[in-house]
Amino acid sequence: MSGIDKSMSLAGEPPKALNGGQKASVLTGMVGLGIMVLQLFNLHFGNNTLWLSISLLLILLGVAWFSYASYEHKQEGIKNDGVWFKSISSRGILGWMTGITLTGFYIVLYFYPEYLGLVQDGDNRGLIALFDPLSKALSGNPASQWFVYGTLYTLAILAFGIKFMWKYRHSSYQRIRTLSVMFFQTAFAFIIPEIMARLNGDLPYYDLKNMWPLNYYNFERYRVNGFIEAGDIGLAMLIFGVLSIFVISPILTYRFGKRWYCSWVCGCGGLAETVGDPFRHLSDKSKFAWKVERWVVHSVVVFVTLMTTAVIYSYLGNDSSKYWLTKTSFLVGVAVILTAVFAWAMLFKRDQLQKDAQYGAIGYFVIIAVFLGMHFFSGEGNIFLFKSSTLRTSYSFLIGSIFSGVIGTGFYPIFGSRVWCRFGCPMAAILGFQQRLFSKFRITTNGGQCISCGNCSTYCEMGIDVRAYAQKGENIVRSSCVGCGICSAVCPRGVLKLENGPQEGRINSKDVLLGNDVDLMELVNKK
Amino acid sequence: MQHIVIIGNGISGVTLARHIRKLSDKNITIISAESEYFFSRTALMYVYMGHMKFEHTQPYENHFWKKNRIGLVHGYVKQVNAKNKNVLLSDGKTITYDSLVIATGSKPNKFGWPGQDLEGVQGLYSKQDLEKLEQNAPNKDQCKRAVIVGGGLIGIEMAEMLRSRDIPVTFLVRETSFWNGVLPKGESAMINEHIKEHHIDLRLDTNLKEILPDENGRAKAVVTDKGETIKCDVVGLTAGVTPNIDFLKDSGIELGKGVKVDRLLETNIKDIYAIGDCAEQQEPIGNRRPVEAVWYTGRMMGEALAQTLCGNPMEYNPGHWFNSAKFLDIEYQTYGWVFSERTKKDYESHFHWRHPKEKISITIAFHKETNLFLGINNFGIRLRHELFDRWLNEKRTIQYVLEHFKDANFDPELYDTYEDDIISKYNADFNQNIRPKNKSWKRILNLH
Repeated sequence: MSGIDKSMSLAGEPPKALNGGQKASVLTGMVGLGIMVLQLFNLHFGNNTLWLSISLLLILLGVAWFSYASYEHKQEGIKNDGVWFKSISSRGILGWMTGITLTGFYIVLYFYPEYLGLVQDGDNRGLIALFDPLSKALSGNPASQWFVYGTLYTLAILAFGIKFMWKYRHSSYQRIRTLSVMFFQTAFAFIIPEIMARLNGDLPYYDLKNMWPLNYYNFERYRVNGFIEAGDIGLAMLIFGVLSIFVISPILTYRFGKRWYCSWVCGCGGLAETVGDPFRHLSDKSKFAWKVERWVVHSVVVFVTLMTTAVIYSYLGNDSSKYWLTKTSFLVGVAVILTAVFAWAMLFKRDQLQKDAQYGAIGYFVIIAVFLGMHFFSGEGNIFLFKSSTLRTSYSFLIGSIFSGVIGTGFYPIFGSRVWCRFGCPMAAILGFQQRLFSKFRITTNGGQCISCGNCSTYCEMGIDVRAYAQKGENIVRSSCVGCGICSAVCPRGVLKLENGPQEGRINSKDVLLGNDVDLMELVNKK
Repeated sequence: MQHIVIIGNGISGVTLARHIRKLSDKNITIISAESEYFFSRTALMYVYMGHMKFEHTQPYENHFWKKNRIGLVHGYVKQVNAKNKNVLLSDGKTITYDSLVIATGSKPNKFGWPGQDLEGVQGLYSKQDLEKLEQNAPNKDQCKRAVIVGGGLIGIEMAEMLRSRDIPVTFLVRETSFWNGVLPKGESAMINEHIKEHHIDLRLDTNLKEILPDENGRAKAVVTDKGETIKCDVVGLTAGVTPNIDFLKDSGIELGKGVKVDRLLETNIKDIYAIGDCAEQQEPIGNRRPVEAVWYTGRMMGEALAQTLCGNPMEYNPGHWFNSAKFLDIEYQTYGWVFSERTKKDYESHFHWRHPKEKISITIAFHKETNLFLGINNFGIRLRHELFDRWLNEKRTIQYVLEHFKDANFDPELYDTYEDDIISKYNADFNQNIRPKNKSWKRILNLH
């Protein structure tokens, strides 16, 4: 706005200002965080168990208290006052500082864990040593940088989950969904794998809710061997891993849309929905961003498919008498599955794909061509000129670390909370493909009630221009929609509803909206 | 190529332009003095509250207009010259047209109150009003209290805006209960309570007498008809709107309250049309008012007129009435006609249900003798537009509507539902025995 800010107050003004409770709770949480930071400098407080507990509890308490102080005195309802005025949530100085700090943390975590106190042979030091007691209690092993990260990640989802539930206390959809992500993170990503490691040391670390291609490493030789060597339970987990991508996820996505995973179960989604919530409106809604999104995320799918195929291909043999699955039969098998999916989409869903069909075809033919190349030109362990392990390390570096961590989370305060889910996650792309073509899920637009205000688009973390559909009276059926339900929550006119219904009439384009002359509507809308 | 000039880039003018472009290759020019690009007027409040930035209120990206060959002129039309078929802009330029469409919307009402033009007194309609409010009431230190005059939809929105910055608000409402010219008394009473919950100083049955200036010509207080003087820094005038048509006075176009149009939306002068808030029907359509300052009707007029201008004459023929609003945290939708006690028809009877604790309620209007369903007001519950439109078409009874009420629920999944409570209240009130049917997708989507 053009108004001159005549206020000299450093603390800002409503709705930017913090009240007393909020200030005290920030102090509490920062003390908790401060204990960890001090640990980085190898100050020995002694008694790690005690100090870790104090630190974690203070952080949890600080965030919970902050939420209470923020929302307790307000009526139930949408709490977006001042979102675009606050420095932290409008790419102000606090936003940039947070982004840089997070990014720095990820770089250290991924590439320089020794700065956090990781010692390969011997006792950990610094921050990681602080977490040793907890790690030993759970799995029996000393902590690693990943254990520290996992603990903080879970703590963040729990603490900010509480905040989110306070903020949306009027919405049972939001409350229950948040409980769900808090549960899956704590139980499936954090506690169960550690306990499984304690019960059966041979089992590879397995977060059961992660499925290929999110855990792109799941079918690598060492893991597959690990599963098989761990006996029946390992074999069961391997089979579950295959079933989850080919059977379980398609059924659930058909029934509920990809939200069953992306905003109810997934850990990345869980972080985005809780910690990332104050930044959801920062996603780019332009058509250009959408175009970039489609190219990038689908390229990742092609890449991960090739990479996984190449990795498995490289450790299979040629002799079918030794093991039933040989290099050639595996390659043919993958090609047949892909061809079946591609043929089904082209035959039955071509009308819904329109221009995207061409891009799909390009992707498909690239993959098949590479397979042929693999078959004819690859030697032992090589895919063309590259070692398959090189492909795998570059994927894990570029996509697994840089994209999902450094950019995906580090840049929350700059690009919004779902950058990874939108541009990088191959799992989201595959579920999205299915959601678009073969699912009961849609966001229904309520007749002609839209007033084009733009709250839905602004608060869409996936950068979907929801309003563009709603103002045409058209349902929103988009592959990227993670079904968080915030568009529906912030709509001041009750226009949007996430629901699962018949596929017939799910996509309904209209030019003249309900409420006008019936003859005119018929004339214009008949296609 | 035929040149269509549209004055005003609100929802009516823009809808018209988009539809003309879909149907034809005609030259289209939209003239607006208010803003360079189309924005959603209803969203201005969210800019002041910090929910959105102004750019988010623009439904189309800036490149949209060029791509669709819709010319935009940022200027103020001073005069329409029907004889030469051109319009004169305030910068001296003229633009000639083959067809002219007036879509200039409304302006806030001022009823001749002493002091109504002082600094710090303003309405809330345009982008400029929003900018003015940002100047007048940036925070609670510079605006120690605001007084809002007029208890309608804009008034309560303005109160919500100011409260988001913790500015104390006194809300003068002429009626004895909020918006009770439109809402039945149970609902109006519920909104009264909710306004007070938000710490808004609601003064019912109170009128503005005058606004007092300070030595610099700024508003410093208002005097009410109860003899009370209330100190304030900002006065919001939100007592309704009136068509924004002063520039047409000497144009020869027939004016009443608004620009008089026939059912084809044409004025008394050939090739000049009017749509949206500023258009006045010669004969009211059904229960509608001759001037309807509503987002949806503006859009519908744009949709209809585009057909006419592209060679397919189409009368403006709105379907069943619907509307929606949000009173602070309470969402409101209405389908069909529910009148207040003041405006109720002889044959109209009401069934009212209110949640014992939450601010949730519905009122259904039905025909006393035939039980024909006439309309519904719903607060704090979302209902499906499509179904009510169909039920009104099919002339269903209130019993039928309640029996199938579960189909109409549009609340988010996992919300508590109230159909059973509502229906048992109806059964008790009217000695009936209706049993609700389970939700059916087949019925909702009309699948066979």
